[in-house]
Amino acid sequence: MKIIVCIKQVPNTTHVQIDANTARLKREGVESIINPYDEYAIEEGVRLKEKFGGKVTVITMGPQQAEFSLREAIARGADEAVLVSDKAFGGSDTLATSYTLSSAIKTIGEYDIIICGKQASDGDTAQIGPSTAEMLGIPHISCVKKIEVVDDHSIKVQRMMEDGYDLIESSFPVLFTVVKEINIPRVPSLKGKMAAKKAVIKTFNVDSIGVDTKRIGLSGSPTQVVKIFNPPQRTGGEKFVGEAKDVAANLVKRLSDLGII
Amino acid sequence: MAHSIKIISEKCVGCQMCAKACPFGAICMIERPDHPKELMLADIDLNKCTYCGACNQVCKFNAIELTKDAPVTSVDKNLYRGVWVYAEQRHGVIHRVSYELLNKGKHLAKELGTTLSAILIGDNIKAKAQGLINRGADKVYVCDDPLFLEFQEESYSTIFFQLIEQEKPEIILIGATDIGRSFAPRVAAKVKTGLTADCISLEIDHNTRNLKQTRPAFGGNIMATIVTPEHRPQMSTVRHRVFKEAKVQEGVTGEIVDFKLDIKTIINRTKFLEFVKDESSSIDISDADIVVAGGRGVGSVEGFKLLKELADLLGGALGASRAAVDSGWIPYSHQIGQTGKTVSPKVYIACGISGQIQHIVGVNADIIVAINKDFSCHMMQIATYALEGDIYEIVPNIIREIKSCKCN
Repeated sequence: MKIIVCIKQVPNTTHVQIDANTARLKREGVESIINPYDEYAIEEGVRLKEKFGGKVTVITMGPQQAEFSLREAIARGADEAVLVSDKAFGGSDTLATSYTLSSAIKTIGEYDIIICGKQASDGDTAQIGPSTAEMLGIPHISCVKKIEVVDDHSIKVQRMMEDGYDLIESSFPVLFTVVKEINIPRVPSLKGKMAAKKAVIKTFNVDSIGVDTKRIGLSGSPTQVVKIFNPPQRTGGEKFVGEAKDVAANLVKRLSDLGII
Repeated sequence: MAHSIKIISEKCVGCQMCAKACPFGAICMIERPDHPKELMLADIDLNKCTYCGACNQVCKFNAIELTKDAPVTSVDKNLYRGVWVYAEQRHGVIHRVSYELLNKGKHLAKELGTTLSAILIGDNIKAKAQGLINRGADKVYVCDDPLFLEFQEESYSTIFFQLIEQEKPEIILIGATDIGRSFAPRVAAKVKTGLTADCISLEIDHNTRNLKQTRPAFGGNIMATIVTPEHRPQMSTVRHRVFKEAKVQEGVTGEIVDFKLDIKTIINRTKFLEFVKDESSSIDISDADIVVAGGRGVGSVEGFKLLKELADLLGGALGASRAAVDSGWIPYSHQIGQTGKTVSPKVYIACGISGQIQHIVGVNADIIVAINKDFSCHMMQIATYALEGDIYEIVPNIIREIKSCKCN
């Protein structure tokens, strides 16, 4: 089974704090990590490979530094890694990104399954997976929380919905995006870390994936950011201290005054 | 052609405003070789820069030169008119976000001097069309076929695309639900137009007829206003519970159009097999007015039973932080935050949740009630009402108090 996992390198927001003066994220010295959802995508790809044989190729689009995340993915069990990097890709929105990514995937060659994380923690759009599937002309299923059955011709998965889940069957090739519930990612093994160190990362640029240059980067992006601003920050309100009974009574009074209870 | 951005070193005074404003961490301050150490120079890492212009806006010295190329397109924008709302239905029930979008869509259509249409896709669904007209739609396009009984990404996006090709709307609003977020990107990719996710504000620029779409990024720490200047239609997914629902008006008339579809052209390579309902909650957490959520401080499965009692009493839904889900006290479907769900209740009651940024990004509540032993934790600092104490003492008292209120 040929499996492709798409990942993104994002700033690590786990330890990020808000600067009290500017009310912004403190970004100085913030390390880059694999997008949290993508860890589940890598793990699921590796599990499929372990069960059915084959190969996991991990791919990312980003600056040269994104290579670190690709090596991390190899340490977690992926076999090969491709970095799609070129200054011409800078400023891509989701449409230009998925066009670039789909062109790179076509360059890699045949595949059975493409797995993406549900969304990235910096942009939160959840658009790259579905949009890439469309550009590749293959079906997709979003928010997969479990793979139930895989046979030679089809795969059955649980698609998480607001009110439960749908059981969906698809033919190959197929792309799906995964949510956290699908697995618990492993920590990199020593063997994996060794492989990551030695791995040769393939790099694709504009020429090697044969893209239409009108459809990439900022000029290939239909959407444009015209303004960026800080939302008003939530500030603290009323403090209730004292006996539990009184604290509780005060709260219930406030909420009933507001017509909530 | 490419975009360019550069610092004009003669004008830069090293004030660091741009570095602080950059949402992508692409600007750092460097020393100037032949100047005193105090006079720093801003430096842009072009690998990280997205040419968003945030630095440009804050620079008081005009020291940043940014030129952007217009997106390349051959679309004649004047051919595109009308505002569309996707009337999402699941199991034959119209999602409330559709009514919210009809309300907002009506205002946008009025400002643009055009009409508002609703798009209804499903099986045996035509009876729902009048309800959409009563909520403000001038026209309802109905795609009614057994093929559309259950939502599937490919079939829904294909029929939606065919409708767009035929009718050419100017703006399309889709709820940012599980369904909307899954198929809208496919539609936008087919049309090759822009799609802005999770919008929380929509305004018209009257000179250009562009839709100014504002959305949170970086977990809500910054807001970005985005336009689709040269492409049509302009597409947005919009968060649930941001706009008010359109009111029902009886006796209004509108046009109901059966979209003649050619089934042979609808590709569908996935098959719906079955729906399994989540029995652990009767209320959809993303649609709840009140959410009672628990974190690490809850400490056990039993603790969540107590929170459930409070949630049930208030007619609310039960939520949890990642720590509580990872501890196995409550299923993942209740998780709120970065790797879970986003909720927009009127009241959010956070019990034993410290309020890490990954959790807070999933909470868009009018009122936050925090109950925690630790007064200094982030959740207590931002709460509308911060209750200091043990949840096992306070929550039972709240329950008792509400019951006695209700008795009176």
